[in-house]
Formats: sequence, C-alpha cells, structure tokens
Amino acid sequence: MSPAARPVPAGYTERELMVITAGREIRDGETVFVGMRLPLLAFAFAKRTHAPRAVGLFENGIVRDSPADETLMTMSDTPNLPGAVWSTGTREIMGLLQQGLVDLGFIGGAEIDRHGNLNTSYVGDWRRPRVRLPGSGGGSDIAALSRRFVVIMPQEKHRFRERVDFITSPGFGDGPNWRRRVGLPGGGPAAVITTLAVFRFEPDTAEMVLASYHPGQSVDRVRQATGWALRVAPGAGETPTPTAEEIAIVRACDPLGFWTR
Amino acid sequence: MSASKVVTLREAIARFVPDGSSVCMGTALEAAIPYAAGHEIIRQGRRDLTLVGPISDILFDQLVGAGCASRVIAAWVGNVSEGLGHNYRRACEQAVPAPLVVEDHTNLSLAMALLAGSIGAPYIPTHSLLGTGLLDSNPRFRTASDPWSGAPVALIPALAPDVAIVHVQRADAEGHAHAWGTLGVTREAVLAARRVIVVAEEIRTSDEILSDPNLVLAPPGKIAAVVHEPFGAYPSPLQGCYARDHDFFARYHTDTRTVEGTRDWLRQWVLEPADWPGFLARVGAARLDTLRAKAPRPSLPVDLGG
Repeated sequence: MSPAARPVPAGYTERELMVITAGREIRDGETVFVGMRLPLLAFAFAKRTHAPRAVGLFENGIVRDSPADETLMTMSDTPNLPGAVWSTGTREIMGLLQQGLVDLGFIGGAEIDRHGNLNTSYVGDWRRPRVRLPGSGGGSDIAALSRRFVVIMPQEKHRFRERVDFITSPGFGDGPNWRRRVGLPGGGPAAVITTLAVFRFEPDTAEMVLASYHPGQSVDRVRQATGWALRVAPGAGETPTPTAEEIAIVRACDPLGFWTR
Repeated sequence: MSASKVVTLREAIARFVPDGSSVCMGTALEAAIPYAAGHEIIRQGRRDLTLVGPISDILFDQLVGAGCASRVIAAWVGNVSEGLGHNYRRACEQAVPAPLVVEDHTNLSLAMALLAGSIGAPYIPTHSLLGTGLLDSNPRFRTASDPWSGAPVALIPALAPDVAIVHVQRADAEGHAHAWGTLGVTREAVLAARRVIVVAEEIRTSDEILSDPNLVLAPPGKIAAVVHEPFGAYPSPLQGCYARDHDFFARYHTDTRTVEGTRDWLRQWVLEPADWPGFLARVGAARLDTLRAKAPRPSLPVDLGG
C-alpha cells in the first residue's frame, strides 16, 4: 500500500531541484548505475528530457532503457520489472560495473570529506561507533568501479568534514594520486549535489570546490555548512533554476511526492 | 521421484535452523524476503545465529531486536524506504539486547563471496573494496598482488551458509522451485548454502514445475524442506503476486524507536500470532487484497520439444 499524496508546494522543493540537477549529469546514451531514492527520479527525469537513450542498471538485477511507469520506493518494487530489457542477478550487474562498463553511478551519503570520500558505515571509531549507519549496500562498489560518480546528499556542517571517520565509498582518498596508488580503477567523484549547492573536484588537488549555489543560497551560507575552508571554483554562480516544464516532469515521476516533498 | 519434502514452517525451522547456524536470507534484495520464516525463527527463540544477506530490509533488524543473532554478514542493514534500523543501531552501539558482531560487505563482495561458495572456490579477487575502511572492519578480507600484473586486489573469501531460506513463487513437493523477477544473489546463495528451505507461494505438481527446468533454482539435493506459505514474503513484494506494503515499513520504523516499542511490536506481530496465517489475519485480508498483482502479465511459453 502506498502512502497518501503529500501537498504540492508553490514553485519547487529543495529535492525537486536536486533531482533535476542530478538528472542533468546524465549524458545521452550513457550507462547509469541508478541506485535508490533521488537517483531513481533523476534517471526517470533524464530519460524524459535530454537523455532518452540512457540505460539504467539496478543492482538487484534489472536493466531498463525506459523509466518505470509508477513511482518506486525501492528498486525491487514490482513495477520496476515490466518494461525491463534484462532481469538477472546482482553478480551480473556488479560484473558489468567491474568491467568498467558503467559511465555514471549515483551514491547517497551520510558524511563526505574534502576529497569526496563517503562514510555510510560508522560515526566515530568503527570499533566502538557512536552511530552505526546502515553500511555500503552497493555504494562502495559504484565509487570504486564506475567511470565517474555523482553524490546526492543533504548538506550540514557535521556531514561535510575535513576527513571522514571511515571510508565506505572511496573518493580521491588523501589527494590526486591516491586512487591509482591503492588500485582503484574507476574515475572517482565528478560532482556532489546537495540541498544548498553543487560541488566539483579540482584536478590538481582532487579537492571539492564550490561550482554553483542553489537559488536563494550564497557562497557564505554554503561555507557555513562546510567543515573545511571551502574554495570557490572560478566562474561559480547560481545553479540554474528549474523550468516549469522540468518541475512538471519530476512531479509526474513522483506524483505522491514521496521522495521530493 | 523422491519423497515429499513438504513440512510446516514450524517443523522446517525446528529441524534445519538450530541455534548457532549461519542463515542466508533476503537474497533477492528488497523483494521476496522470507518474513514468514523470520517470524517463526523469532517465535522459536533461536539464539546465536549468523545472519547472511545483502540488504534484508527490516528482516535482520527484527531478528537482531528479538535477540536471535550474534553476528551479521551483510552489505546494508536498515529499513530501505525509511532509513536506519533502530534495533541494529542499538545492538551495534549499546549491545542491546545483545552484542552483535558485524562483518561489513558491499553488494558486490557479498555476491562474490556466495559465488565463490557456489563454485567451490576459496575466494574471488576484486578491484572493489580497495582503499576502504571495510578492509579493516571486516577482518576476513585480505589484500594481495595480482600474480600476473602485480596490481593490488582485494580477496573476498567464500561464504557457505549452513542454510539459505528463499521465498519463491512456486515449487513442487520435492523442492524443484521456480523463482522469477529480481533475483539478487538468490542463485548463488542456494548453491553456496549447505541446504535450502524453500518457502513457496504455491505448490504445483512436479509435471508442471518440470515443464520448464530452466526456471528451476537448484538441484534437488540442496533442498531440505518445502513450505507452503502464501503471502510469506509480505510486506516485501513478490513479482506476479503482490506489491510491497510501504506503510508497514513506515509503521515499523516509528514503532521500534525504543526498546519497549520493539517489545510491543514483536508481541503484537510475531509472538502472539501462533503462525503466519495468524499474522496475516492481523494485517487483514482487505489490506492484502489491495496489494495483489493488478493484472496478469504472462511471458511467452518456451518450447522444450526435442
């Protein structure tokens, strides 16, 4: 049974903006490791707009070249199978990822640091954690093995840390050469999309820098919600405001507003 | 043809899931989770289990909250549509109701560990895990150099659980089981496990099931018991049968915030009902009807003529 529909706000919500911004990261024709929650909608949005030829992989074993007809609360909801182009298992999907065939993966995070490492496992020392988070799921694999990945998460100062307590999903480790040194084949994080801003990574330092702040935010407000001395990329400005048409498409993908309101 | 393996769920759990066993469940990720079997394990008061599974949704949280588990081997434990699992947190952070050892995995590493188990290989190398904290928090992982290229690899040791419990759409009395929809690590898990309990939505004749042996999940030697338990994967979804009951997960998340809340939840939903039909009666037939598949969507039959 589905929850009741949530009221439709005027304008757009924070999460609708995040979905649209994330959807813009998908290029037409790419193979995308979709994952859960907001990326499910970002994939559906991109398919209905600028990336109609994108292909989506789901780690439960599903491959789709069209979005599901109904809102998904989990990737294994029954509406995700009709219209699939392949239904197999986790091992096969992860095998494609490990072969380097995934262009873009999406990951959520509880904590992130200035080099884009994500923690979804333990707050505090892992031997005696203050908070036990749910764990990797497929996030660590996507971070290790996809050609590039995009992080979607809420931004609060305590989540944006100089260094995370535990690396669940590897970003750039401690700097530019770390991934090669430890043997990670994937390209690492390309962008971080938060409730306040979009960040990208400076090639020379592998450091997360502010690329754009969302409408209504400012460089200062983003800095206040970042746990290190955040630098601003040259030419950083406002994240493009969603158009009425884009908002309508996201709402059609999530009619009850479960994920976006 | 061998004898019937059909038993009640009570008997299957009593015989094949003793205290201290390693039990693989939730192999299709968020779908086809054997909740009926999980509830029976709690009712029988099992202790010291090792729970093995990629995601498990709220099943492992329930078993941990009921004190049945001492170890979890998983990629993720929580409540998929709601977030954190309160009982899992309490066990890991405060040893309430009992201490819990966790062997952290990723979905890839758990799939590969079961794959290794299923093919009788000692381990499988991967390029995932490198550089992560999981190499510390799960002491069973090792790193090595690829003997050919010299590049770093992580080694994932095989997992061979004592028993896998899978929920399938249909099976015959001898345990030939048809499963379809999202399978996750199901095929690897049933081959890696020493024995398998099949919980089936429907029992059909062997002639019917063996009309498509390609769809059969595992050879008969792996199957220890067959249990007929309609809606046995509720509140998770089962392709072709019923949808996920999202509200049930939301209410579980609210109701189990505290130790007392968990105790009440377990009493109401698990301990007071004598069996799974008793639980389903509390859920209510009207609610179950709203979840049933809306329209059939049969596939093209295959022709096995020779």
